[in-house]
Amino acid sequence: MTSTVADHHHDEVPKGITRWLFTTNHKDIGTLYLWFAFIMFLVGGAMSLIIRTELFQPGLQVVDPHFFNQMTTVHALVMVFGAVMPGFVGFANWMIPMMIGAPDMALPRLNNWSFWLLPPAALLLIISLFVPGGGPAAGWTLYPPLSSQGGMGVDFTIFTVHLLGMSSILGSINIIATILNMRAPGMTLMKMPLFVWTWLITAFLLLAAIPVFAGAVTMLLTDRHFGTAFFDPAGGGDPVLFQHIFWFFGHPEVYILILPAFGIISQVIPTFSRKPLFGYTSMVFASVGIAFLSFIVWAHHMYTVGMPLSGELFFMYATMLIAIPTGVKIFNWLATMWRGSMTFETPMLYAIACVALFTVGGLTGLTMSITPADFQYHDTYYIVAHFHYTIFAGSVLGMLAGVYYWLPKWTGHMYDETLGKWHFWLTVIGFNITFFPQHFLGLAGMPRRIPDYALQFADFNQVSTIGAFIMGFAQLILLVVVVKAIRGGKEASSEVWENPEGLEWTVPSPPPYHTFATPPQVR
Amino acid sequence: MIVSRLMQLTGKVLSVTGIAGLWIFPANVQAEWKVNLQRPITEIARVQYDLHMMIMAIITVIALIVFAVMFYSIIRFRKSKGAQPAKFTHSTKAEVLWTVIPTLILIGMAVPSTKALLLMEDTTESDMVVKVTGFQWGWHYDYMEENVSFYSMLATPQSQITGSETKGENYLLEVNNHLVLPLGKKVRFLLTAKDVIHAWWVPQLGGKKDAIPGFINEMWVRADETGIFRGQCAELCGKDHGYMPIVVEVVDDAQYQAWLEGRRNQG
Ligand code: HEM
Ligand SMILES: [Cu+2]
Ligand SMILES: [Cu+2]
Repeated sequence: MTSTVADHHHDEVPKGITRWLFTTNHKDIGTLYLWFAFIMFLVGGAMSLIIRTELFQPGLQVVDPHFFNQMTTVHALVMVFGAVMPGFVGFANWMIPMMIGAPDMALPRLNNWSFWLLPPAALLLIISLFVPGGGPAAGWTLYPPLSSQGGMGVDFTIFTVHLLGMSSILGSINIIATILNMRAPGMTLMKMPLFVWTWLITAFLLLAAIPVFAGAVTMLLTDRHFGTAFFDPAGGGDPVLFQHIFWFFGHPEVYILILPAFGIISQVIPTFSRKPLFGYTSMVFASVGIAFLSFIVWAHHMYTVGMPLSGELFFMYATMLIAIPTGVKIFNWLATMWRGSMTFETPMLYAIACVALFTVGGLTGLTMSITPADFQYHDTYYIVAHFHYTIFAGSVLGMLAGVYYWLPKWTGHMYDETLGKWHFWLTVIGFNITFFPQHFLGLAGMPRRIPDYALQFADFNQVSTIGAFIMGFAQLILLVVVVKAIRGGKEASSEVWENPEGLEWTVPSPPPYHTFATPPQVR
Repeated sequence: MIVSRLMQLTGKVLSVTGIAGLWIFPANVQAEWKVNLQRPITEIARVQYDLHMMIMAIITVIALIVFAVMFYSIIRFRKSKGAQPAKFTHSTKAEVLWTVIPTLILIGMAVPSTKALLLMEDTTESDMVVKVTGFQWGWHYDYMEENVSFYSMLATPQSQITGSETKGENYLLEVNNHLVLPLGKKVRFLLTAKDVIHAWWVPQLGGKKDAIPGFINEMWVRADETGIFRGQCAELCGKDHGYMPIVVEVVDDAQYQAWLEGRRNQG
C-alpha cells in the first residue's frame, strides 16, 4: 500500500471541475464536505430567520401556519443532516489521515461517492418545498399519522433520508477502515488524538443507528403508498412504534452530532493552555460510555406517550446516568485549563464558549431526564432551548473552534484575528439572546412548533428574534474570514500555534496534495 | 429557594430593561416576563413544581461551580500574566471524586422523582371519568357517567389573528365551551384522538399526556382551587396545532351539578 503511494514523487494537483467531481483525495473531499455544510448552514439559517420573524409578534404576519410548519421541519433536517453531520465528516476527511500519519483515507473512491450523494439529497429536500402540498410539515421527527397525511413532499423527504443515510454509512465504513488499518507505525490506539477516537466511536454509532432510521422511514413509505399499516391504527398498526424506532436512532444521533465536537475541543484546549489534555484515558472511556448509554435511553423523548410505569422508571434512571460521563468530560477540560498558560485566540474562545454553554445544555438535559418534571417540559420551548444549547453551542461552536484552529493549516494563511473575534462575540452574544429566554418561555407554558402565541409570551419572543438576527448575520463574517484566508494573508508556519501536539503540525501549511507518502515514526 | 429568588431577580431586571425597551416593542403593553412554571393548583402539579425547583437549585449550583473554576482559570492562568504551564495529566483522586459525587447527587434526585411518578400513575379510586378526544383541530369531551358530551373549539376570532382587530386578553387561549370540573374530586381522564396525535396540557393542573389514535391513555387531576385554567395542545398536529386551546373551569359541587343539568337540557 505505502509503496504504491510512495511512487507519486511529484505533487500534481489536477485542474478544473473534474478535479472536484472525480477526486479521491481526502483533502479535496474534506473541502467539498466543508463547503457543502457551510452552504446548508446558511440555507437552514435563512429558514430559522423566517421562523423567528413570524414569532416576533403574536398573530400571523408573514407566513401561513402550514408553511411555518414546513420551515421548522426543513430547518431542522437541513441543519442536522446537511450542516452538522457533513461538516464533521469534512473534518474527519481532512484531519484523520493527517493525524494518524496515513497518506489518504482507506477507501478513496468510496469517499468520493459518499460526498457526491449529498448534493442530490439536499436538492431533493429543497425541491420538496415547491411540489404540490409543500414540503414535510410534521416536524423533523416525522411522526405518523401526521406525516402520513402530507403530500409528495414527504416522499421526497424519505428519499432524502435514504440518500443521506447511504452517504453516512459509506463515510463511516471508510473512517473505521482508515483508523483501524492506516495508522503510522507506533500510533497505537491509546496514542491516537482524541478527535480520532471520538470519530471512531461516532462512526460505529452511525453504522448502528442510521439503518434503523432508514427502516423507519421506509415503513412510513410503504404505509403511505403500498397498503401496509405499520403505524396506522385503522389497519391494526401502532403510531407509537414509529416513535420507538425513530428515537432508537434519534438519541444516538444526538451523540453523533456532539462527539466529534468533543474531539475537536479536546485538541484545541490543550494547545492554547500549553498543557497536555487532562485524563486522556478517562476521556476515551467516557466517550465509549456515552456511546453505549445512548442506545438505552431513547424513550426519554416519549415520556408522555403513556408507557408502563416500569418503562418510565427504567428510562429515567438510564438517562440520569448519562450525566456522569458527560460531567467527566467537562471536568477534564476544566482541569486541562487549570494551571495552564492560556492565550485566547479565536479557536480557544470558541472552545471555552463551547464548554461553558454546553454545560448549560447538559444540565437542562439532566432536568428533563426527571420523568415527572419532563411532563411539564416536554414539547415546550424549554426543549428547544435545551437542544440549541447542546447542538448549536456544543456541536456548532465546537466545529467553529476547529475551523479557526485548522484554517491556517488548510489554507497556508493566518486568518484575520480581529474579524475572527468579531465573529465569535456576535455569535455567542446573539446565541444567548436568542436561546436563553426560550427556557423561560417553555417553563411559562409556550408549546414548541406554533406559529402564533398567547400575549404573555410576547416579550421574550421579541428578545429571541432580535438575538437570532444578530447571530444569523454574524455568520457572514465567517464567510469573509475564510475567503480572505484562502486568498492570502500572513504565511502560516507548519506549527501555526505554539508547540501544538499532533502529526498534522509536522507537515507544511498548506500540506502538499499527498502527505505521508512514507509513514512517519510515532514515538 | 435561592433559585426562585434568583429567578425573580432576573425577571425584575428583565422587566426593567423591558420597560426601557417599550418604545421599540409596542406590543409589550401586556409585558409579563414570566420565567418559571405556572402556579400549581393540583397535587401532581405541585409535586412537579417542587421537583423542578429542587433540580433547578442543584443545576444552578453545579453551573456556578463550573463557571467559577472556568473564570478563575481564565483570569489566573493566562500567558500574558506570566503563568507557567504545569505538566500534570491526571489525578486519580480528583477523577474518583467527580465521578462519585455526581452519582450521589443523582441518587438523591432519583428518590423523590420515583415517588412523584408513582403518585402520578395511580389512577385508581377516581370519582369520575372524562373522555378527551383530540381531533384536527379541537377537543371533544365526554362525561361518560353523566351522558354529557360536547365539542370545545377556539373562540378567538380570525380578525384578531390576522391583526385587523386588537387582540383580547385571552388571545388564543379561549374556547366556546369550557371543560367544567368539580372542586376536590379525583377526575380520571381517558385520552384518545380521531386522526393524528395530540397532547392535552393545562400547565397548572399538571403535565401533559398524548392523545393517540387507536390508543387510550390515562391521567388524573384533582383541583384544589376554583377558577379558570388555560392550556394548549402540545403535540404538533398539523396546520392549526397552534389554535386548539384548552380551558378548564373548576367550580364547587353545587355549581357543577347545575352546570351538568343545564348541559343535559341543551341536549
Ligand atoms: C447530559 C446529557 C443529556 C441529557 C440528559 C439529555 C436529555 C434529553 C431529554 C430527556 C430530552 C427529551 C425532552 C423532551 O422532549 O421532553 C432531550 C431532548 C433533546 N436533546 Fe438532549 N440530553 C442531553 C444531551 C444532548 C446532546 C449532547 C444533544 C445534541 C448534541 C441533545 C439533543 C437533544 C435534542 C435534539 C432533543 C429534542 C429532540 C426533539 O424532540 O426534537 N441532547 N434531551
Ligand atoms: Cu435523547
Ligand atoms: Cu396539536
